[in-house]
Amino acid sequence: MSSRDEILARLRAATADVTTRPGERGPVPIIAATSESAQATLTLFVETVTDYRASVVRCRPEQVGAEVAAALVRGRAHTVLVPSGLDPAWVERARDAGLRVRPDEDDEGRPLSADQLDGIDAVVTAARVAVATTGTIVLDHAPDQGRRALTLVPDHHVCVVRAEQVVHDVPDAVALLDPARPLTWISGPSATSDIELNRVEGVHGPRTLDVVVVD
Amino acid sequence: MTELPVQDTSPTFLGMPSFQRAAAGALADTQQRRNLAHATATIRAKRAAAVGEVEGWEDLRLAGAAAKDEALHHLPDYLEQLEANLTARGATVHWARDAAEANQVVVDLARAKGADEVVKVKSMATQEIELNEALEAAGIAAWETDLAELIVQLGEDRPSHILVPAIHRNRAEIREIFARRMGAVGRAAPADLTDEPERLAEAARLHLREKFLRARVAVSGANFAVADTGTLVVVESEGNGRMCLTLPETLITVVGIEKVLPTFADLATMLQLLPRSSTGERMNPYTSMWTGVTPSDGPQEVHVVLLDNGRSRVLADEVGREALRCIRCSACLNVCPVYERTGGHAYGSVYPGPIGAVLNPLLRGTSSEVDQSLPFASSLCGACFEACPVRIDIPSLLVRLRSQVVDEANGRSAEAASMKAAAWVFGDHRRLEASQRAATLGGRLLGGRTLRSLPGLGAWTQARDLPTPPTETFRQWWARTRGDGPATGGDRPAGHGDRPASGGEPHTPEEGP
Ligand code: SF4
Repeated sequence: MSSRDEILARLRAATADVTTRPGERGPVPIIAATSESAQATLTLFVETVTDYRASVVRCRPEQVGAEVAAALVRGRAHTVLVPSGLDPAWVERARDAGLRVRPDEDDEGRPLSADQLDGIDAVVTAARVAVATTGTIVLDHAPDQGRRALTLVPDHHVCVVRAEQVVHDVPDAVALLDPARPLTWISGPSATSDIELNRVEGVHGPRTLDVVVVD
Repeated sequence: MTELPVQDTSPTFLGMPSFQRAAAGALADTQQRRNLAHATATIRAKRAAAVGEVEGWEDLRLAGAAAKDEALHHLPDYLEQLEANLTARGATVHWARDAAEANQVVVDLARAKGADEVVKVKSMATQEIELNEALEAAGIAAWETDLAELIVQLGEDRPSHILVPAIHRNRAEIREIFARRMGAVGRAAPADLTDEPERLAEAARLHLREKFLRARVAVSGANFAVADTGTLVVVESEGNGRMCLTLPETLITVVGIEKVLPTFADLATMLQLLPRSSTGERMNPYTSMWTGVTPSDGPQEVHVVLLDNGRSRVLADEVGREALRCIRCSACLNVCPVYERTGGHAYGSVYPGPIGAVLNPLLRGTSSEVDQSLPFASSLCGACFEACPVRIDIPSLLVRLRSQVVDEANGRSAEAASMKAAAWVFGDHRRLEASQRAATLGGRLLGGRTLRSLPGLGAWTQARDLPTPPTETFRQWWARTRGDGPATGGDRPAGHGDRPASGGEPHTPEEGP
């Protein structure tokens, strides 16, 4: 018997006493905090992101370019990576400020290698959804966010979130996500507590996270 | 039904002394006790705050337990569904009956890629099967990439905690390990390395980045495997998981078959329960989800190894199967007064603490000295059940395992083993008090029937035919009727079922160094 068939046979024997049918428990209960208002949700999101020592600013649509540029300058970035689907207006001011803004391709039009990404200071992306109760942004790596490596290897991530993308609690986000896409949930900068439980920001992921909320 | 196979006890732990003897050594190590006491107290406080924020916490616990029970009760169906969805999305699924088979699959895959090294994300399943040793024997270096695992690996040590495996090392020791060992296996630590946590983390970042950028094969575990979509989930903090899951061409994920969740919607429950219970955060820094292969994003060759290794045997135990709900959050460790004093090594397994005391004898049977003694490595105070996000009734499972060990043992050997336990329990007055409280709980669980074994004392009490203990100890009765405070040890006498939900405070006062 193959390992597969043997394991399945063992498991069928082990659960022979079970009398219910799969799915009989009914729909998964949605247990979520409820929001008083969209504004309350946004305010909470800003608070919870700040708690992670990520920086967060709120601005109007026409100010996004300036806020992105300010964050990049604060982080002393020289080279900035931009996924192909990003709104070009978001990085216009950074370009004006003299930063080198580049797409995810080398001279021959191939995606950048991991080593090349390692030489880039910062990345600017959009997001798929954000969660207020936990201060989380979720990327589904659509063209305005880029493939997963882009938001991982550079040391500084600037993420632009539209106000209507901020949901109140975790189940609201899960309901919106497409499981067929790769998903990355980001709550503050990378951190470890492995050394005497001191939280240290930034082990392997971006050590600086800037969130720009647009409403 | 024929007996299902037990998990082989790894050679690392085979000769392990009983919990009590191993614990005696740990108790004498003041440095370790100090580190552990600080660590567990810190996490306990964080967890309490994070859980306290969530109004529907008890509903979440119920939903978490129900989701895992649904998966476990219909495990063969959900595994087949998982396999079908993974395959449809371009992943290759392998099945492994035991550790040897799982290791062989991984070694063969790495060899087929011509890899002489793999990068690894912390995974209890791969620790359980001792994959690193198997890879090494095949001439393939396995680089652990969690900071704590790196500390453990460089220190040629064993992990002592599920969540913070290097909880037994302080910063000075970590600096020493990095300075001495990093250079031998890759980029050396900076010459002026200090013991500031920021500097130590920076040294790890530089040391490991070199490995991430060149690695072609990665090995991970998974926190959840979603049957109805084929999605795998890794919950982490440092970003080393994302590195391993994203940069290499080939990704091999070893998943215990109990990790299955029925539906993607169940993640809404689990992603609320797990981070708050484990690190005491609203959400952990990074959670990665991937469903098979995504063209031109991440690994283009994705393998999943579904591992039994004793789990089907646990599942066959209609009561004990509840232990398979465990999502390895480690909340039960941090609230455990026994764990806080002895650390993880005394449990003789990669699964320490209260859940380890239950899971190891269930997975491996009770033929070894360490597995016989584990059900006694508890004061049955009930804090673990209160803390458990999926409501595993660890105290009741321990009581049941105790009577099983006593039933199986015969004559002298049982008495000898329990005498050792007695010596350990009585070695400290607080442990005696804990044991008395536990005996009271035992009395409640037994509901006045004859006592089979006094918790913590095993067959010794059976041999002496002790009367069933009262539902209150003298100390507790005194505190209730005369005293103006709670019984010594700070807990009221109650079975775990009727403790307040805010449980999880230590049961004995913090010990000074
Ligand atoms: S038994 Fe419960 S509390 Fe302990 S590690 Fe498992 S899930 Fe967490």
